[in-house]
Amino acid sequence: MEFSSILFYVFGFCLVASSAMLVIARNTLKAAMLLILSFFSVASLWLLLEAEFLAITLILVYVGAVMVLFLFVIKMLNIDQSTIRAKFTTYLPLGIFISIVVIAQIALVLSAGQFDLENVEEPTRHVAGYSNITELATDLYTTYVYPFELAAVLLLIAIIAAITLVHRKDSRSKKQNISEQISVQASDRMRLASISSTKSKETK
Amino acid sequence: MIALSDYLILSAIVFCIGLAGIFINRTNIILLLMCVELILAAVNTNFIAFSYYSSDVTGQIFVFFILTVAAAEVAIGLAILTLMYRNRGSIDVDVTNSLKG
Repeated sequence: MEFSSILFYVFGFCLVASSAMLVIARNTLKAAMLLILSFFSVASLWLLLEAEFLAITLILVYVGAVMVLFLFVIKMLNIDQSTIRAKFTTYLPLGIFISIVVIAQIALVLSAGQFDLENVEEPTRHVAGYSNITELATDLYTTYVYPFELAAVLLLIAIIAAITLVHRKDSRSKKQNISEQISVQASDRMRLASISSTKSKETK
Repeated sequence: MIALSDYLILSAIVFCIGLAGIFINRTNIILLLMCVELILAAVNTNFIAFSYYSSDVTGQIFVFFILTVAAAEVAIGLAILTLMYRNRGSIDVDVTNSLKG
């Protein structure tokens, strides 16, 4: 058995085990940690497939940013674990049933033999100086430059949407309302009061 | 030597685990989002496996865009989750039935 095959089975086992434990985890925090482990296993598998840039991106973006966001939300919200787990077994048969059906469908397609998947030849490994980033960037900045910029706009929309959703108006804010300031009338600010200098008995 | 079908079977197993997790963890939206992430990782592994075995970098570019969209989805999803917890004091999906759908 080759060394790369051993690596594939080790990381594959890690991935399946950690994701299975994630699904049945009782603690949300523990589930987040298991998701980090499964992301690391996926990234290792991608390294075996010579997708170095995406593997590093997965660790940096997902483990570094997205999972920190998850942990932040988990610790910020005070979630009652006991009520969450009360209905755990209600949907368990349905979940297992759906999974078995989907696995059977995929196995049916993969074992049909019409794709000839077993005989797909493994390509030769690239030489040591090969740069995955250069090849990816060459395609990304020429053929796919328009979708690339659209992705940037999508991230901008996500930033604005997330801030707008969660932002709370601060009551102590001293922010000025420009349109209100411009359209102000003299009568809004100044009131002419007629006060007699001496105490008068009649009122107007 | 690892065949292409090995990668496909592995990602199919992870996909089904994530799918089962969505059904099992119906009450906790944070775990639902994590299961969606798991499913996306399985699908991305499929893309990269096909990209490697056909010596074509286009599959990796597609994964790049999927990662972008997934990051945006998680950010907005967690914002909605925070908002929901603020308004209802719970993140139970079954409590969110004011639309009576």
